[in-house]
Amino acid sequence: MVWKRMFGAKSSPEDLEREKKGLLQKLRLGLEKTKQGFIQKVDDLTSGRRVDENLFQELEEVLIQGDCGVNTALYLVEQLRARSREEKVTDASQLKKMLAEEMVRLLERKPTDLKMPTEKPYVIMMVGVNGVGKTTTIAKLAHRFKQEKAKVILAAGDTFRAGAVEQLEVWANRIGVELVAHQAGSDPAAVAFDAVNAAKARDSDVLILDTAGRLQTKVNLMTELGKVQRVVARELGRDLDEILLVVDAGTGQNALSQGKLFQEAVSLTGVALTKLDGTAKGGIVLALANELDLAVKLVGVGEQYDDLQDFDPEAFVQALFAPLNRSG
Amino acid sequence: MPFQNLSSRLQGVLHRLRGKGRLNEKDVDESLREIRLALLEADVNFKVVRDFIAQIRERAVGHEVLGSLTPGQQVIRIVNEELTELMGGTQAKLSLASQPPTVVMIVGLQGSGKTTTAAKLANLFRGRGHRPLLVAADVYRPAAIKQLKVLGEQIEVPVFSMGEANPVDIAKGALSHARNNNNDLILIDTAGRLHIDQGLMSELVQIKETAQVHEILLVVDAMTGQDAVNVAQTFNQELDLGGLVLTKLDGDARGGAALSVKAVTGKPIKFVGVSEKIDGIESFHPDRMASRILGMGDMLTLIEKAVAAVDEEKAEKMAAKLQEAEFTLEDFQDQLEQMKQMGPLDQIMNLLPGIGNIKHLKGLEVDDSHLKKIEAIIASMTPEERRRPQIIKGSRRRRIALGSGTRVQDVNRLLKQYNQTRQMLKQFMGPQKRQKKKGMFPFFQ
Ligand SMILES: Nc1nc2c(ncn2[C@@H]2O[C@H](COP(=O)(O)OP(=O)(O)OP(=O)(O)O)[C@@H](O)[C@H]2O)c(=O)[nH]1
Ligand SMILES: [Mg+2]
Repeated sequence: MVWKRMFGAKSSPEDLEREKKGLLQKLRLGLEKTKQGFIQKVDDLTSGRRVDENLFQELEEVLIQGDCGVNTALYLVEQLRARSREEKVTDASQLKKMLAEEMVRLLERKPTDLKMPTEKPYVIMMVGVNGVGKTTTIAKLAHRFKQEKAKVILAAGDTFRAGAVEQLEVWANRIGVELVAHQAGSDPAAVAFDAVNAAKARDSDVLILDTAGRLQTKVNLMTELGKVQRVVARELGRDLDEILLVVDAGTGQNALSQGKLFQEAVSLTGVALTKLDGTAKGGIVLALANELDLAVKLVGVGEQYDDLQDFDPEAFVQALFAPLNRSG
Repeated sequence: MPFQNLSSRLQGVLHRLRGKGRLNEKDVDESLREIRLALLEADVNFKVVRDFIAQIRERAVGHEVLGSLTPGQQVIRIVNEELTELMGGTQAKLSLASQPPTVVMIVGLQGSGKTTTAAKLANLFRGRGHRPLLVAADVYRPAAIKQLKVLGEQIEVPVFSMGEANPVDIAKGALSHARNNNNDLILIDTAGRLHIDQGLMSELVQIKETAQVHEILLVVDAMTGQDAVNVAQTFNQELDLGGLVLTKLDGDARGGAALSVKAVTGKPIKFVGVSEKIDGIESFHPDRMASRILGMGDMLTLIEKAVAAVDEEKAEKMAAKLQEAEFTLEDFQDQLEQMKQMGPLDQIMNLLPGIGNIKHLKGLEVDDSHLKKIEAIIASMTPEERRRPQIIKGSRRRRIALGSGTRVQDVNRLLKQYNQTRQMLKQFMGPQKRQKKKGMFPFFQ
């Protein structure tokens, strides 16, 4: 279990330390499977070389291969160029540490913690394109909060996709949390309305709203999402605590368009990065941080309800930089 | 957005090239750099880009281009040709078994769109006179079986399921069920899995062997990044794919992963998913994908859709008007009918070149259910008003609203949308308007 306690007992520093190790391990496991991790390439590039312009260009290429995008790759390498000039670095292996630092700095530009609860109910809404893992991430969060003895209620706001309500229902039953659902095809804003009022009436600690997957270019559907947010905020009498854009770690440059257009439709507070258990993926979050100021807050590392972790930039980058086939 | 800058930058370079009488190597290199960036921003795999650019360069600095009178156009033509070639050149069809039933297995990563694709294919082939059977073999994701059942009901295709039994047994059961019920096409929906998950990968191999699978389709999300090639390669090594289905192309993803996957596995893309609706599946056209990846829009598809909906002469006129940004509400009315048959307007907009550059796409989407209202409003205008909508002021708006049984706000909205559309068309038809010669395909005449 790797997360910051938000309800009931707070985690101790030792807990956090242990959890961090766990996170590293899981991430590393994924990396080891592929043996072609992003940083393997950085390692190969930098070992035993001197810093020169060719090296910078090759680093740029490695970053692009990691889905960082051209702009962010250029940005990161420019930081390296400037720093190595300033700090008079000649040995290329030092660049690796520098790159890690710059990446962490980028990922930490905005807070990466979920907001702490202030008022009941603590409300989270998940949004994103089709199939990224919204519903599963909700199940995972529900499980986490339940572990903390919080009273959780889920809202089946995906009334569009066949089987979506049933999917959330299965999770709610499995985890043992409540569910507010309407019939398939009904108005998602009405579900949200009922869910907020149910959460208030039942004195729930947490309400998590599912939404239907939608491509960010569908104007009508994006408008609908804005409406759901407004209804929830109106019923709450305040803003939602978190509106998270769920992003599949395998996504390429389109994530930038997703971030931008979802940001225009609702007040995003961060990103949940899913499917990080696969291979060395997720470089796109560097671009999201760099170009849209969107910080990752949660990380999905599997299909079970305990496969969720808080995002830890250092651990994320360290996992990318972890030497392969070695212990540690 | 960098994405959009690149697209317009690329178009800028291509535009500059067009005007050049003679090209030197430096010109070529400069444009290749932009093309390289465009490809990378479209998520084409890095290595594929490298080889591709090298190849283009070879052709481009050769006699073919430098000796030509219109070198810029030559470079563009080469890029387009090579991209098209890289994606398979011609259209690849689903391969049917000589002895029915044809067993098709649908595989892919989690969330790529397998279940929807299975149902869309069933629907497509039912329309072609087949008797498909859908098989629910995703026993892992909660309610996946339910999802397939709901879809099956919608399209009136039977769904075979055995609850959460072993997928290999399910496939076996489906085969005999199909034989008994005279189904000639079996579509097996499998659970999403990571390509590195050896246990689950071998489950697929077992299904393949047990159920005498004829064709395996890998479903790939058009938004996938650089990892797409590893995924496709692994699936192909384990299963020997028959082809690929590229999904979620109705958004603004350039789909560079498509190109890479074809290049790396050699397996053709057979279908593309273009909407969430059950009929949102189309055959794949490499040439059209090529211009989409380059951010040059897809005028061909647009024209073809227009041709399908209207007669050829009208279609050409319409394309010309769109390019000129000169159409009036009268034309709009004329075309509303045809547009309805071409598909949702937002989809059509996606096919136009330079669409990535337009910030004000918002509010342009004409929801099909609004079409009727719009028709009524335009019908209530005088011919003069339709030709010159700018004369429609307050009292005329009220009259029109009254006449069409709508509200003044509706009339206002329509006029606003009309203006935005015009402006938008001007915006992306702009650079090309400056040239004297006119044609359908700004980059390929
Ligand atoms: N390996 C892996 N799979 C995941 C993860 N999160 C979700 N998935 C899988 O991804 C698939 C889609 O997940 P959903 O939660 O249904 O995604 P969604 O965004 O709600 O999808 P729609 O509602 O259809 O738009 C399922 O098969 C999940 O099991 C993850 O962190 N790792
Ligand atoms: Mg969902």
